[in-house]
Amino acid sequence: MKHIDEYRDKVLVLKLSGLIKRAADLSYTFMEVCGGHTAAIHRFGIPSLLPENIKLISGPGCPVCVTDNSFIDKAIAYAKMNDVIITTFGDLIRVPGTGSSLEKEKAMGGDIRIVFSGPEALDIAKANRDKKIIFLGIGFETTAPGIAVTIKEADKDGVKNFYLLSAHKVMPPAMEVIIKEGVELNGFICPGHVAAITGAAAFSFIPRNYKIGCVITGFEPVDMLQAIYMLVNQVNRSSPDIEIQYSRAVTKQGNIIAQKHMNDVFILSDDNWRGFGKIALSGLRLREEYEKFDAEKAIPVKIKEKKDNELCICGNILRGIRIPTDCTLFATTCIPENPIGACMVSDEGTCKTFYKYRINE
Amino acid sequence: MSEYVSLNHGSGGSLTGKLIRNVFVKRFGLAEPLTDSAILKEKGVILSFTTDSYVVDPIFFPGGDIGKLAVCGTVNDLAVSGAVPVFISASFIIEEGFPFHDLELIADSMAEEAKNSGVRIVTGDTKVVEQGKCDKIFITTSGIGILRPDFEHISTAKNVKPGDKLIINGAVGNHAIAVLGARNKLTFNSPVVSDCASLNHLIRKVLEECEKIHFMRDITRGGLATVLNELTGIILSGIEINESCVPVEEPVKGLCEILGFNPLFLANEGKVLFVVGNEEHKKVLDVLRSHPLGKYSEVIGEIVENGSNLVTLNTSIGGRRILDMPSGIQLPRIC
Repeated sequence: MKHIDEYRDKVLVLKLSGLIKRAADLSYTFMEVCGGHTAAIHRFGIPSLLPENIKLISGPGCPVCVTDNSFIDKAIAYAKMNDVIITTFGDLIRVPGTGSSLEKEKAMGGDIRIVFSGPEALDIAKANRDKKIIFLGIGFETTAPGIAVTIKEADKDGVKNFYLLSAHKVMPPAMEVIIKEGVELNGFICPGHVAAITGAAAFSFIPRNYKIGCVITGFEPVDMLQAIYMLVNQVNRSSPDIEIQYSRAVTKQGNIIAQKHMNDVFILSDDNWRGFGKIALSGLRLREEYEKFDAEKAIPVKIKEKKDNELCICGNILRGIRIPTDCTLFATTCIPENPIGACMVSDEGTCKTFYKYRINE
Repeated sequence: MSEYVSLNHGSGGSLTGKLIRNVFVKRFGLAEPLTDSAILKEKGVILSFTTDSYVVDPIFFPGGDIGKLAVCGTVNDLAVSGAVPVFISASFIIEEGFPFHDLELIADSMAEEAKNSGVRIVTGDTKVVEQGKCDKIFITTSGIGILRPDFEHISTAKNVKPGDKLIINGAVGNHAIAVLGARNKLTFNSPVVSDCASLNHLIRKVLEECEKIHFMRDITRGGLATVLNELTGIILSGIEINESCVPVEEPVKGLCEILGFNPLFLANEGKVLFVVGNEEHKKVLDVLRSHPLGKYSEVIGEIVENGSNLVTLNTSIGGRRILDMPSGIQLPRIC
């Protein structure tokens, strides 16, 4: 398949693997912060192509995993309302809230529909004027512009029964928190799709202020191995920098049009991240002129505060401090069919990935 | 297990297995290994007996319909046990308001598929329920086949040993993608057609011309990954699969990339996995490739002694990883 096969070329992959092995004469820890990278690394068996002195750890890049419990509880509360249709991306429906999940609510008769895009949810709103359609907006800079356009469309078309429950987040502040917490890192495998929107410049504060190298990376095996090779060389030269490996999609400035849509509709606000707590200016909420689409403002709902399972170490896993096999719940009571923490839910979650590919067994 | 039955329990993956074992097996006193057909011995005759329900949505899809599926599926369940399918029953649950025209189309296609595969539909039942109490039409077919004593080992995988080769009769994932495409009105550059087909003639040809067929299983819900993991559970050896050898058609690959599906987890309705003695695998491949339903057959891996009963995938780029069973329905990813 064009644009795929060339980046999965076995000869090229093995060549890069050889180059990395020859160049890597120190110890290296690199963090990937995009769940897409976590999934691809294990799907293709990338660790089996790296020497033992290169360690890859996973950061907070799975949007499902970092979504706060209270968000799910609110969504569940909305799902119980008779006149509400919940529209959501698929991964979210299995995330456990307090005593239920959207999947369970669906099995019990809740009207919960999986959609592939914001416009699809808007179409459902237009076709069901007597219902309130709530779209569960999660994800980083990659999904937010599409949702912004959907909100603008809803506004333009005068749709009055479409609402957004937003847990949209931006990535760089979380990366800064990880650095400040002292996680030992030699480089970031930076999220290619986030950077396609934000531009590489959004990450340049990391090498500048914290002397940690960043390579904006694509999602195919050749991309990831090349990025690891670039990071190894940065460390060897002691010259942390921001480099773009994923140059077929990412520029320094990013996608100006998408940024404009995002900025038109959303404003940065403090936001809760599962495992991190509140991070300043890391969330996206609707601007005042679009507040009529804000589900929480239009349809107030009360939920009980809930504590996470005390044994669950998802928070530390998301911060790259611990790995799933450190957790007593992992693969015992916390399994993909019955996830305790969010990292076991999404295919991009670190625990699910570890479970699926039996890492460390 | 969660308190309620969810769609994941019907995915054919590990949750389906749990439901069957925890609820049915212990109460019905069924014997392991669980196979698609029961093998029944009565006065010197060995019968293979199976049953399956069909609830596909939409009921008409590129490459078939619910009727054709109901005949093929049961024929295949019998055929992979090594039996010659002979008789089939067909029960219909029909929603009030269902068009007669569609019912006749479905019955026509069942009759045609029964004729093609050489089975007779000999009994059945019809129920009509109120609107909303079922989705258009559900069909249950049961089937009886006659099993030769020398094929009795096939369904239990008794003769499977390290070094045996795994062969598949063509590309995986077409049925799931064709149905998904029809359900969501997706358009493809080149059409994806379900592989829905009765495999009994293909299988018969292989069994007649080859001797070292150690195991067969049709690859349906849960996909190739599920069949492979079920097999390691029975034989207590490992399996090694070469990802680049598993045939997947380009449009299927493309949609899997977009939606984040793994073709190895996708449903098929005309694919069978053979485990054959290493010494005979080339012959089996030749026989398969000489039949229209086996033209694109490939050796995809082998049985290995790895001490851990795991399915290992040699990835297309030269890496290695474990291939697990899907736990529930595959959900589209977010980003």
